[in-house]
Amino acid sequence: MIRYLAKRLLSLTLSLIAASLVIFAVIEVIPGDPAAFMLGLNARPEAVEALRDQMGLNDPLFLRYLSWVGGLLTGDFGTSWTYKTPVAELVSDRIWVSLPLAVYALILSTLVAFPAGILAAARRGGLGDVSIMGATQLGVAIPNFWFAMILVLVFAINLRWFPSGGFPGWDDPLAALKSLTLPAIALALPQAAILARVMRSSLLDMLSEDFIRTARAKGLSRRQALWRHAVRNALIPVLTIIGLQFAFLLAGGIIIEQVFFLPGLGRLIFQSISARDLIVVESVVMLLVFTVIVVNFTVDLAYALVDPRLRSRG
Amino acid sequence: MRWSIRACGRGARPVVHLNRNILLGGTLSLLFLGLAALSFFWTPFDVTRLDIPDKLQPPGGDHLLGTDHFGRDILSMIMMGARTSIAVAVLAVGIGIAVGVPLGLLAAARRGTLLDEVIMRGNDLVFAFPSLVIAILITAVFGASAVNAIIAIGIFNIPVFARLARGAALPIWERDFILAARVFGKSRLRISYEHILPNITNLMIVQGTIQFSLGILAEAALSYIGLGAQPPTASWGRMLADAQTLTAIAPHVALVPGLAIVLMVLGLNLLGDGLRDWLDPRIRVQRV
Repeated sequence: MIRYLAKRLLSLTLSLIAASLVIFAVIEVIPGDPAAFMLGLNARPEAVEALRDQMGLNDPLFLRYLSWVGGLLTGDFGTSWTYKTPVAELVSDRIWVSLPLAVYALILSTLVAFPAGILAAARRGGLGDVSIMGATQLGVAIPNFWFAMILVLVFAINLRWFPSGGFPGWDDPLAALKSLTLPAIALALPQAAILARVMRSSLLDMLSEDFIRTARAKGLSRRQALWRHAVRNALIPVLTIIGLQFAFLLAGGIIIEQVFFLPGLGRLIFQSISARDLIVVESVVMLLVFTVIVVNFTVDLAYALVDPRLRSRG
Repeated sequence: MRWSIRACGRGARPVVHLNRNILLGGTLSLLFLGLAALSFFWTPFDVTRLDIPDKLQPPGGDHLLGTDHFGRDILSMIMMGARTSIAVAVLAVGIGIAVGVPLGLLAAARRGTLLDEVIMRGNDLVFAFPSLVIAILITAVFGASAVNAIIAIGIFNIPVFARLARGAALPIWERDFILAARVFGKSRLRISYEHILPNITNLMIVQGTIQFSLGILAEAALSYIGLGAQPPTASWGRMLADAQTLTAIAPHVALVPGLAIVLMVLGLNLLGDGLRDWLDPRIRVQRV
């Protein structure tokens, strides 16, 4: 297990280094001089040059890379060029929109997908199964931003149950939750459809296993065998998917944040890209990639703890 | 060729057994392919002509699907948009197959070597990137255009096909007819091309259909946030972005493009599912 852990940690570190190199390289080729951009059209060349020096843009590439990564490691994400505030502060403001949104969506999608998947597997081939599977086909095909627009039309404009956009802040938790509800539903739809399909197929695999026949043979009813043995075992692959989906929801909220004008990480990335605020883009993208890689790593590790066979595969 | 093999092996089965998914999915997909093809020769109205007095007409009447806020015919724009969506998605899948499949075959042919390791770790790395964020980054860096949308979507198709091709190729390498080919002195690359590739084509077609539908969704998302095809090129995503402020007064402007996306994606997914059941004999055996 120690060898396995060491191996995984090494590959985790390598992935993070490679990811940071790729992000740094992409940001480097962005056309346009941020210093000239900040000072405007009428700036004198000397002033631009002085600002470039001050921002460290004239240092050699690898030095700039090292100082960026060094900053990330020590929690210093640099200072935004347009907001003139530390990037860490910008991120921590907005993470309190994006993170709750992702968690909210994950809870909703799990609440819908679990019963739907279990019901479909239990009634395989029946009317319930066919209609749930049909619904998941639809759920995967609907673009979530369009679904969001429909939700706004029905529940915000016509019924006036929820606000159509914006975020009031967490001072009033109820209002905050209310304004995150429609975005979370829109975000959860495709995830719920995928999760329900995984739950169903994983459960169907389990139901054909010998231990279910044994459970039935010792006198458990179909329902008891399903709930006591099959569902519990079917959860392992489902939990993996949930782990992956969380990372996806965090990054995938970008477009939904646009639809509802939510001040989250997605909007921060957008605004920073159009303002050529590269240090913010760099750090936020790195943060998202970091989250995805670390969540994947944790899921792998949890898997290996549960299932010893996976350790030897390395 | 598959048909004849099946006819010999399991004579009881009808030679061509198209399932419901293929029929329904194929019809929907063909409908949009047909609309896109037709748009090269004819559209009901000229989409570049603005006709403000005729704006926001409801469906029915002269304009079958109504008009938008500039008085443009929505059916015509859907047809032109289908062209953009399909072109972007097909080319993005093309990038994925053209780069990913050779990489996967190479990794399988050199299984366990450093090359295999490098290719697979590279795959993991691309998988780890939140694809939408990177697509936004790429289009933001190199400018918003259909070509950059294709590249951004295509890059994330590469590891999908590489991983799938490697996984499908590995068990084939264990088969006797590969051993025979090696005894004949064929090189590993030549075996990959002549014997492995034909045996994994079905799988690639099925996955290609699924990636095609994901490409349609990704293109719509990118052009919705203004990073896809630029005006005057019509795209479904931008039609939705334009319609967003109009949903209260003219819902059809938002409903029609959205439904077009849903039907196209649904059609491709059904087609993919159907093709998988039809082409993969193992699944059929399970069902019998």
